[in-house]
Amino acid sequence: MTSTITGAPTGVAPGQPSPAPEARKKKQGGGLGGYLLVRFLLIFPTIFILVSTVFLLMRTTGDPITAALGGRLPADQLAERVHAAGYDRPLFTQYVEYMGQIARGDFGHTISDNRPVTEVLTTYGTATLELAFYALIVAFAIGIPLGRYAASRRDKGPDAGLRIGAVLAYATPVFFIGILLKLVFSVWLDWLPVAGRASTGAEIAMQHDGLQTGFYTIDAISTGNPQILRDVLEHAVLPAIALGLLTGGIFLRLVRTNVIGTLSTGYVEAARSRGVNERRLLRKHAWRPALVPIITVIGLQVALMLSGAVLTETTFEWKGLGFQLIQYVKARDYVAVQGMVVMLAVIVALTNFVVDIIAALVDPRIRF
Amino acid sequence: MTATQDTRDVVVDIQDLHISFATDAGTVRAVSGASLQVKSGEVLAIVGESGSGKTVTARSILGLLPDTALTSGAVLLTRKDGSDTHDVTTLQGKNLRDIRGRDAAMVFQEPSTVLNPVFTVGWQIAEGLRAHTQMSASDAREKAIDILRRVGIPDPEHRIDHYPHQFSGGQKQRIVIAQAISLDPGLIIADEPTTALDVTVQAEILDLLRQIPKEFGAAVVLITHNMGVVADLADTVAVMYKGEIVEQADVHTLFAAPKHEYTRALLDAVPRLGGRRFRDRVIVSEADAAFEPVDVDPSATPVVAAQDLRIVYRGRLRQPDFTAVDGVSLEIRPGEVLGLVGESGSGKTTIGRAIAGLTPVSGGSLNVLGVEMLGVKERTFRPIRRRIGFVFQDPATSFNPLLTIAQCVAEPLVVHGISSSAQEARRRVDELLEAVQLPKAFGDRFPHELSGGQRQRASLARALALDPELLIADEPTSALDVSVQARVLDLFARLQAELGFACLFISHDLAVVDLLAHRIAVLHNGVLVEEGTGDEVLGAPKHPYTQRLLASLPVPDPVEQAARRETWRNLRAAD
Repeated sequence: MTSTITGAPTGVAPGQPSPAPEARKKKQGGGLGGYLLVRFLLIFPTIFILVSTVFLLMRTTGDPITAALGGRLPADQLAERVHAAGYDRPLFTQYVEYMGQIARGDFGHTISDNRPVTEVLTTYGTATLELAFYALIVAFAIGIPLGRYAASRRDKGPDAGLRIGAVLAYATPVFFIGILLKLVFSVWLDWLPVAGRASTGAEIAMQHDGLQTGFYTIDAISTGNPQILRDVLEHAVLPAIALGLLTGGIFLRLVRTNVIGTLSTGYVEAARSRGVNERRLLRKHAWRPALVPIITVIGLQVALMLSGAVLTETTFEWKGLGFQLIQYVKARDYVAVQGMVVMLAVIVALTNFVVDIIAALVDPRIRF
Repeated sequence: MTATQDTRDVVVDIQDLHISFATDAGTVRAVSGASLQVKSGEVLAIVGESGSGKTVTARSILGLLPDTALTSGAVLLTRKDGSDTHDVTTLQGKNLRDIRGRDAAMVFQEPSTVLNPVFTVGWQIAEGLRAHTQMSASDAREKAIDILRRVGIPDPEHRIDHYPHQFSGGQKQRIVIAQAISLDPGLIIADEPTTALDVTVQAEILDLLRQIPKEFGAAVVLITHNMGVVADLADTVAVMYKGEIVEQADVHTLFAAPKHEYTRALLDAVPRLGGRRFRDRVIVSEADAAFEPVDVDPSATPVVAAQDLRIVYRGRLRQPDFTAVDGVSLEIRPGEVLGLVGESGSGKTTIGRAIAGLTPVSGGSLNVLGVEMLGVKERTFRPIRRRIGFVFQDPATSFNPLLTIAQCVAEPLVVHGISSSAQEARRRVDELLEAVQLPKAFGDRFPHELSGGQRQRASLARALALDPELLIADEPTSALDVSVQARVLDLFARLQAELGFACLFISHDLAVVDLLAHRIAVLHNGVLVEEGTGDEVLGAPKHPYTQRLLASLPVPDPVEQAARRETWRNLRAAD
């Protein structure tokens, strides 16, 4: 272990009180491992509260069977089916049962098409995650370099232009951008496919020769056929750009604001006074301290991105969770909707955990 | 400038420097016609108050002015080995970067904001080295360890991989100094290097800075507003006022026989230990006739009585608790000013907040105006609140920027139901503004339209709005310039004499406290180490901490300070 001058864990020399009680407090506490353990354990109560809230909200509007089939069946038949499904029991009993099921990984069966909800989640969830992954790449590729560039040219021409561009990118509805992209790249130029995750031929080939992970990129690679991979990637380009552009605009402004903040700090000025060049000041000295708030907001954006994916998926007929969620909401299939909302909530909780890990790695002060 | 045979020794030669800034409101002149020379091995202090142009002048040596600055004149900076001289005002880009850090390096005011929180200190030192030399990573690391050792960081082999937040404030400033000397520059520019530090830490850093000319052969340009620091460190002094150098002399001449009127005023404004106290003031003018010091009746029931007071901040998740105040007993009697002195983290602010009912008491007893604060209910304390006034440290942040001064001052009256609205309270507000010597018309201004000193007067008016029996003043003048501070303290003393309120005056500055307080209490790490009158505590301190605190305080007199430095060295050696 490191031996500090005083042997005290605080690293404060005797007779040199730390600047403030708050500061002294922060210096104590555990290391990275303990911090991450606490963050990890916090996932469970978060998910528990989320699932409970979703369950209770869904039940305030009545039981799922009446919601889905009410008015289409005679009252006695409806009551019979409600009874058979156990929805006439006390709410608390149902709640305990549901939580037990979820703990075992069983989300029940959809009402409208009687499929296991877990199967729906794995099939369409992977599609949504794949879309979100590509969209994030687009968003990073746009937001980070352009945000830093705008920060370095603060209030000059390029900065003003980029800020307007960013506002346009996130203020334009994603389906509008989607339709525009389709019009230009699919209809007029005929470079890229209009909709779907892959062409029918490729889908069949993947089902025959490839893995069945649901992530088409992985499945396509596993077939060993570059044509199929190319087909899958071509299908991903426009949806990823449509969704990524929206998020990228937000990233751009986020990066710009935070980097402007750190560019004007004492430590950047001090590094400048030692002869460090402007490029390095921007990319190193101002960038890393700016990352922590950026990462935190990016984590929140992932949640928004998943809900944004609903529109993107509908526009591009990308058969993902959002696309399917719309179908089930239309069918008033609350069991399915409930399962999907729970899954999205879990993804958000996990994303936040990942954000906490990255933030702790970037900023050595986060260890409380 | 005529070249003399001495020229080779001049590290920086500033010739007729003019700097102005283009702002929306037109051109603002920051420096007009400053000429300065710094010779190698010399410490030149530039003193002045905020806005005097001292920092701008010093920054021009490294070309660190914002784009809006217009510069004329010359800043000739010579490399340490004498091989090269550049006019910094004409340099740009790579040429400018080359001299930064190599020919002259800078030490900044606030070490905690000058070190990048997400890189290790070793990385930050090595980076400057590698920006200028072809040094390998391992050589740079060796050099960084060596420099850290030379500035007095213990165990540098390990500490080099630590992050800034793992060091104390004084150690951080040592690291900043290490960064500055790492490239062996001929000139160190130290901009208020000890202002953010506690007095005892300041003494250590001044000791280190004093070694720079001898140990590292660099000249020092010291920018400061603290005349004590000047007396301690400088060989020659330049006094700046409104962008001009009004006086330049060697340190002994300047303190013994200041020529310029402003220099004399500046030296007069500096509070001195054992100097004339407000309450001992002899009546010399008619204005002083109203100034009759309050006599404290020692048998009167205390306004504040603390017995074995303990205040503990509960630690957050998995954190140990923090005991901010540990068994403090003190009393404040009606009409008495108790000066509470201590360094950061000593618990002085916590005690003030506890008396005002802003921080809960954890143990012991604290009686404020007859109410026991241990476990007090807000409902019980609420009627007491109006009998207590509070003046905060930073006048810039203690006012709501969206309210006018009159609305701010009227707020306590409205909150406690004495007036139904700010308009109705206006007459009382005008009286209060008059009492703190602000023109009535200032009531319609917004806080940002007032200067720091004016805001702090308004803050005092607000605290006095309800005619309190007890006033808690938490570092009320530490954000102000010396001459402004002198006027606010004078006002404060007059109002206290006139209105006769009891006061807890919290400060880190022994001289300021000595000026005002009937009695002084010294806090150290949450424990009250010594209490008594100014003469007892400051004249013959008994506790070793008080002795060290006193010895650390630089006094504005180079001869006396040299003697005090010896006392300080002996005390430190005895530790």
